[in-house]
Amino acid sequence: MTMRSRRVLFLVAAAIFGFLFVWGLSGLPSFGDYRGPYGIVLGQIVMSERHTTEAVGATTFDYRGFDTMGEEYILFAAVMGLVILLRELRGERTEEEEEEEYPVHRRRREASDALRVLGLALVGPLVVLGIYIVVHGHITPGGGFQGGVILAAALILVSLAGRYPAMRRVRPIPLVELADAGGAAGFVLVGLGGLIAGSEFLYNFLPLGEPGTLLSSGMIPLLNISVGLEVAGAFVLLISEFLDQQFISGLGEE
Amino acid sequence: MSFLPYAVAAWLFLVGLYGIVTSRHLVHLIVCLTVVQSSSYVLLLAIGYLAGAQAPVFADIPPDTPIVDPVVQALTLTDVVVEATVSALLFGLALQAQKRFGTVNPDEIAAMKG
Repeated sequence: MTMRSRRVLFLVAAAIFGFLFVWGLSGLPSFGDYRGPYGIVLGQIVMSERHTTEAVGATTFDYRGFDTMGEEYILFAAVMGLVILLRELRGERTEEEEEEEYPVHRRRREASDALRVLGLALVGPLVVLGIYIVVHGHITPGGGFQGGVILAAALILVSLAGRYPAMRRVRPIPLVELADAGGAAGFVLVGLGGLIAGSEFLYNFLPLGEPGTLLSSGMIPLLNISVGLEVAGAFVLLISEFLDQQFISGLGEE
Repeated sequence: MSFLPYAVAAWLFLVGLYGIVTSRHLVHLIVCLTVVQSSSYVLLLAIGYLAGAQAPVFADIPPDTPIVDPVVQALTLTDVVVEATVSALLFGLALQAQKRFGTVNPDEIAAMKG
């Protein structure tokens, strides 16, 4: 199909879709006129019932905890799928062979001094920020998903600041895989704690504590930490798989 | 009735879809898909908004303050995670397409398959 006819087809379809979409939306309550019961009910009970100051965190990890478990395993499965997808074609060309084949001028340039200094200086603060975001997920906005990505960014910064082929030999991939799997398993284990305590799966069985303090909200901080581990592990694994591709096929090299 | 956020959601959806339809590069196509998906964030957050209400965090507001719906915000978080995973998988597939077909133009890949 030519680009022109494709555009025409799209415009026709978009007009029909636009009409149906506007028609559908005309039945919604107008913007700012929220009437749904759940948000209002949650706003009234979340402080007294769960001692959590962050209603979104309480919703994600407690009231909708089971869905979040599914969400965590979507990430887990996708990263596993990507690892398999990118490893499948991993064949004859390894990094050592390529370095033999292409002499020095083809090798990757090292990071500049400015990048290296800035990168290494930022690693510490980023790790602290990531841990802060993870463990305060039940008090202020943040939590395992957000903090986990920041932690992964800190580890990826190490690869960026160093000479990546050298980093590849020393980076702790088994540890990262352990964090990924351990975080995913930790969520289920905390959930099973509810069963052991004599109630249902993912029942908040831990003491609730004083609202607004670090040790409050029962199991929510634990779930945040396990999700944080899983997300950090998953993203580091994901990025290093992509970076590895460069050394297998010579793609992305000018 | 104020429907600007809903219009923004519809516009994001359509503009992203237009990008997908006319895309000549798989990476560009995947980025357009994230634009389409971001329309669902706008729609979800718009539905949960209550005029005059506070953000759903009680750390620095009295416990009886009205808040916007935290459920749709949690759903948006799920949405973001799903988008990240979908993009990652698609980028992996784009890489493999480049290796196998030597091109990332969706039209040329389709032509090669016959």
